[in-house]
Amino acid sequence: MIYFHQVNKHYGDFHVLKDIHLTIEQGEVVVIIGPSGSGKSTLVRCINRLETITSGELIVDGVKVNDKNTDINKLRRNIGMVFQHFNLYPHKTVLQNITLAPMKVLGVPEKEAKETAMYYLEKVGIPDKANAYPTALSGGQQQRVAIARGLAMKPKIMLFDEPTSALDPETIGEVLDVMKTLAREGMTMVVVTHEMGFAREVADRIVFMDQGRILEEAPPEQFFANPSEERARLFLSRILNH
Amino acid sequence: MLNYSILIEHWDMYMQGFANTLKASVLALIGSLAIGTVMAVFRIAPVRPLNWIGAAYVEFIRNIPLILIVFVFFVGLPAIGIRFDSFTAGTLGLTVYTAAFIAEVIRAGILAVPKGQMEAARSSGLTYLQAMWYIILPQAVKIVIPPMGNQFINLVKNSSVLGVIAGLDLMYFGDLISSETFVTFDVYIFVAMFYLLLTIPLSLGVGALERRLARSR
Ligand SMILES: Nc1ncnc2c1ncn2[C@@H]1O[C@H](COP(=O)(O)OP(=O)(O)OP(=O)(O)O)[C@@H](O)[C@H]1O
Ligand SMILES: [Mg+2]
Repeated sequence: MIYFHQVNKHYGDFHVLKDIHLTIEQGEVVVIIGPSGSGKSTLVRCINRLETITSGELIVDGVKVNDKNTDINKLRRNIGMVFQHFNLYPHKTVLQNITLAPMKVLGVPEKEAKETAMYYLEKVGIPDKANAYPTALSGGQQQRVAIARGLAMKPKIMLFDEPTSALDPETIGEVLDVMKTLAREGMTMVVVTHEMGFAREVADRIVFMDQGRILEEAPPEQFFANPSEERARLFLSRILNH
Repeated sequence: MLNYSILIEHWDMYMQGFANTLKASVLALIGSLAIGTVMAVFRIAPVRPLNWIGAAYVEFIRNIPLILIVFVFFVGLPAIGIRFDSFTAGTLGLTVYTAAFIAEVIRAGILAVPKGQMEAARSSGLTYLQAMWYIILPQAVKIVIPPMGNQFINLVKNSSVLGVIAGLDLMYFGDLISSETFVTFDVYIFVAMFYLLLTIPLSLGVGALERRLARSR
């Protein structure tokens, strides 16, 4: 589904992603962890070409992401993205936030788009907020709307970049619950997070990054019990003991 | 005491001038908003040649006097066979000139919209133009209302450039009445009042809009 082969990325002189090899199969949930600045966001954002790679090969859903002939908008239909700061459209209601892309990108009629939106709002547990504006919602509710917005496009892949990092502790759980349900239903997910409980529970694989490299890649049981990399061990002890 | 008989005797001329100033202002406003928005998007779009066109337009136009731009339409283009009446030439010049300033205002507004908005829109499959139109510009509009109000007021005042090329606006008729009656001060005071009749409501309207949008946020 997602295939990185010898991918490198530079910001000018700065080498952000170094020789990335990573394969993610359909239905897999992959959690990416690592210290700040290690390139986690950059890696995830390459998948839907919010960032472009400098060299190597990146194939998503059978399409070469950086090929000249790739219709990126078409590829992006199949890839939902959830951001740390939600990025809901403040001038649109919750319902409008969710129906916009299905209507404008897929050409779904308004009535059907609204029904789909309501279906996903039910799913994330806030159908009563359909006509509210994002600013009237708590962080956790906004993030659930953002997830519903992504799902309404019926994507094959969902990308999450620290979806709970900007949330109050008491609302983190409600977002993680939605993500766990998604994972159980077989969505292909790439998740950057510091929520180790979530990683342990639903990840098929943990990818540990440091300084632009993937240092370790292992199932959670193995990774948490016995990380083979010294730096991963250090990172874990820091994150689990605070 | 002002000589009101001048106003009464030349009422038709004042009215015609007022109507034309209003008309030129409204047309130039619509035109410059359209051109200004296009140029602002050109300057920001991820397409180099468009960036250059946008930047060249703004830097070139806003750094030459308005009257010169009007002359391009009034005497320059006619020299190569494209002819306009003086009202049209003046309004076109005004439009082209104001668009450069409006482009800068809109560009600043677009840049003030958080980057994540464009990213969210694009990652959902919207094209760049769709994202601009549905997501970025509506938010930019709120941000740019105060500076845009200033540009509109400048536009109304700058429309007096039509007077120079006999564009049948307020300024033109003011000059005409003054040369007929040999009265200067009073004639132009009345002209000024008619300008204020346009600019003060505009100013108040922008203020009210600003407050309303501030509340709705
Ligand atoms: N547009 C950019 N230009 C230059 N450098 C950048 C840019 N974006 C990111 N970087 C740098 O690239 C490195 C990796 O950034 P990235 O955001 O991918 O890290 P991260 O692992 O997601 O970190 P965090 O946990 O803080 O979110 C950082 O050192 C960052 O400063
Ligand atoms: Mg990050």
